[in-house]
Amino acid sequence: MQVQMKVNGKAVTVNAAPNTLLVQALREHLHLTGTHVGCDTAQCGACTVHVNGRAVKSCNMLTAQAQDAEVTTIEGLAHADGTMHPMQAAFKECHGLQCGFCTTGMVMSAVDLCNRHPHANEGEIRELLEGNLCRCTGYQNIVKAVQLGAVGMKA
Amino acid sequence: MGASDFSKLPHIGESLRRKEDYRFLTGAGNYTDDINLANMTHAVFVRSPHAHANIKSINKATALAAPGVIAILDGPDVVDAKINGLPCGWLITDTSGQPMKEPPHPILANGKVRYVGDHVAMVVAETLEQALNAAEMVEVEYDVLTAVVDVRDAKGGTALHAEAPDNHCYNWAIGDKAAVEAAFAGAAHVTKLDLINNRLVPNPMEPRVAIGSYSRASDEYTLYVSNQNPHVERLLLTAFVMGLPEHKVRVIAPDVGGGFGAKIYLYAEDVCLTWASKKLNRNIKWNCDRSEAFLCDAHGRDHSSHAELALDKDGKFLALKVHTDANLGAYLSTFSTAVPTILYATLLAGQYSTPQVYVEVDAWFTNTAPVDAYRGAGRPEATYLLERIVSRAASELGMSQDAIRSQNFITQFPYQTPVALQYDTGDFHACMDQAKELGNVAGFSDRKAASQAKGLLRGIGYSSYIEACGIAPSNVAGALGARAGLFECGEVRVHPTGSVTVFTGSHSHGQGHETTFAQVVAARLGIPVENVDIVHGDTGRVPFGMGTYGSRSISVGGAALMRALDKIEAKAKKIAAHLMEASDTDIDFANGEFSVKGTDKKIPFGQVALTAYVPHNYPLDKLEPGLNETAFYDPLNFTFPAGTYICEVEIDPLTGVTRVDKFTAVDDFGTIINPMIVEGQVHGGLVQGIGQALMEHCVYDRETGQLLTGSFMDYTMPRADDFPVFALGHVCTPCTTNPLGTKGCGEAGAIGSPPAVINAVLDALSAVGVKDFDMPASPHRVWSAIQSAK
Repeated sequence: MQVQMKVNGKAVTVNAAPNTLLVQALREHLHLTGTHVGCDTAQCGACTVHVNGRAVKSCNMLTAQAQDAEVTTIEGLAHADGTMHPMQAAFKECHGLQCGFCTTGMVMSAVDLCNRHPHANEGEIRELLEGNLCRCTGYQNIVKAVQLGAVGMKA
Repeated sequence: MGASDFSKLPHIGESLRRKEDYRFLTGAGNYTDDINLANMTHAVFVRSPHAHANIKSINKATALAAPGVIAILDGPDVVDAKINGLPCGWLITDTSGQPMKEPPHPILANGKVRYVGDHVAMVVAETLEQALNAAEMVEVEYDVLTAVVDVRDAKGGTALHAEAPDNHCYNWAIGDKAAVEAAFAGAAHVTKLDLINNRLVPNPMEPRVAIGSYSRASDEYTLYVSNQNPHVERLLLTAFVMGLPEHKVRVIAPDVGGGFGAKIYLYAEDVCLTWASKKLNRNIKWNCDRSEAFLCDAHGRDHSSHAELALDKDGKFLALKVHTDANLGAYLSTFSTAVPTILYATLLAGQYSTPQVYVEVDAWFTNTAPVDAYRGAGRPEATYLLERIVSRAASELGMSQDAIRSQNFITQFPYQTPVALQYDTGDFHACMDQAKELGNVAGFSDRKAASQAKGLLRGIGYSSYIEACGIAPSNVAGALGARAGLFECGEVRVHPTGSVTVFTGSHSHGQGHETTFAQVVAARLGIPVENVDIVHGDTGRVPFGMGTYGSRSISVGGAALMRALDKIEAKAKKIAAHLMEASDTDIDFANGEFSVKGTDKKIPFGQVALTAYVPHNYPLDKLEPGLNETAFYDPLNFTFPAGTYICEVEIDPLTGVTRVDKFTAVDDFGTIINPMIVEGQVHGGLVQGIGQALMEHCVYDRETGQLLTGSFMDYTMPRADDFPVFALGHVCTPCTTNPLGTKGCGEAGAIGSPPAVINAVLDALSAVGVKDFDMPASPHRVWSAIQSAK
């Protein structure tokens, strides 16, 4: 089946089987490999992207459900000249990543978190990051990064 | 250059932001699953649904006829191809003098399966979906046998292997048993403890993945694999399993999404893909899904121990004796046998001057996934046991947890322990004092009263850990049974313009080597960090390597680079001497400049580099052109990071919910090159250690051997809201045996934290009469313990 959507600002048509997950369309059809698969039970959040501006686990959504949607992946977050989004910059500044595997989903969740809760405090950020697992950082620097990223996003 | 000079160089001790972050943050990382080769096929493994069974028959006919299927390979095919089983890298000699029992570890089951998830067949098809569908059509008839699951049931259980009829792999001991018994006979007090170190699943966020590829044109194999030590992987794969010449096999471990030990080993899948890539002449990718990872990644811990500590009337330790039953799982994974012996028992002196220690270990086969090194590997098990029994002794003698530790601390270095290791340096009192200060221990009683007023139980727990890192001096490791050397290799390639590419056998899978190693090289050569790039993870580009585990990268891999840099400096000085018409011995090198002693003559590093490659004015009669040096470094001793951790928990007795309210970690890692990265390593280690103490728990059904915690839905992974902000502190006694003074920081958090948490839990629960408790402190288990004590 043909699914039309806008991915990172570009209109695309994906020829996908009905059971193709959105994450498969992104990684395998569109070769946007920044979105990762870390589990098979929608627990880890490594595959988080934005669909119509909201963070979504792309392993938990069929490609067909993204018909006419606007999808943003990690590849679409930085500026066209390569300058990082304030949240990406904050993750680097605060050492909010180690192996990098959960990072892309974590950043996409963090951007959505700050859009919806621009004044979230440390405890609230920790709760709001519940859907994303990280095995490397111990979360402390991720939480710091989200706080700094929130400031950057308001600037 | 020595450690004290090194630590004063520019950029050493600076929290430079990481060079690798841009690609990870923008989705440009290159993990193995991001690699797609031409006409790639996909592999799926048919796995055993039974913990223990004989295979009566495998019928592949229906599956072979399914759409897209290219081949289905099984145990008999492996036998025909004369492919050996997976080797164990560490031979333990039994106390009887006989070698450990070492049954075959076939890459595909040969007539028998020994754990749920054991490899029965590999299906290769054009698409992943076709491979998955065909795998379900492979008909395997099993004759189910009784399973042995818990290590305490191994003795006398149904035998897994003909080579080990009683499921016993080895009995091993260290220490002076008679001296320990004598000390116990004269002890004023003996503290006894039985404990279980719970089984864990490492769960790096990137599951294992591999691509096998073969070129008929060059007769060369390439294995892309998510792995921590590509050269070791290649060595095991070629020399031990497949009988291939090493130069025909290239192993590439590109960006790797975490390892924690689980990606050290050569796994059956890696061999199957390599073998089949030639047999089928196709590129083949295998992606381990998370459920599969739970079944077949090597697990960690799983010890059952009894310990006794003899003390005098003042709480001075006289002797420690320990017996441990270690679960090795169904087969011997690469490092498995070293974990409960060399990496465990040798650490049981801890930070204490206990004169006598005796440790005996029995290692057993069970119908569970192989158990091997997981972050800390043996040292967490040692620390957990020792720090638990020390706190129990304090409680029995009415002493405080800090006082009993402090009065037994080793204060003179070097210190020879009664269990083989020699600690080079440390300052255990400084760590303890700083931790108490940072953790505001003085305010604990007020906080406890405040908790009490809310109906909550508050407890405090201490843990003073020491670990042995930088694994290992090859001669020592060899004497202890290692079947490989444990040096590291590094190449420093100075380019004509003075920029540098470094090739290191260490592998970064989150540790930030691309930054830390660049800092080391840039500092040493006095050039900008931007001018140094680090290459790792590719046997085709890096000369050799032993890889990353045991917190060894900076202390062994970094030291190898220092050796290569010594050679670079020595040669560059000769070139500089020639250019400035001076004697070699009159040349100084500092801040990126060569100068002639006692003159104002100087030239920059870049000019020397250019001269090396454009040798128009060059001592060609004495010196080769070029500036490119390789060094192998074999460590002189282990390194000994140590520290004191203090945990405060608050427990709701009505629900059993246990919250870590405060956690203080003071570590001595020797020289710190990048404090930001080091603190990140501690944070991550703490969460894995506290995760073990509070929630992580791998459970098999004790009768059937079915894995009950087989996904993130049942195995509790630590999440952001499970932790407070950690308070970290550092003490620095530089390591005396390597040129950097570093000790390693990757595992400390996971080693030191579990006993701090459980000691705090027991301190809190002492108010309601709970005297003993095994990890994890999940609400149900804590609540049950409270009810049982009533």
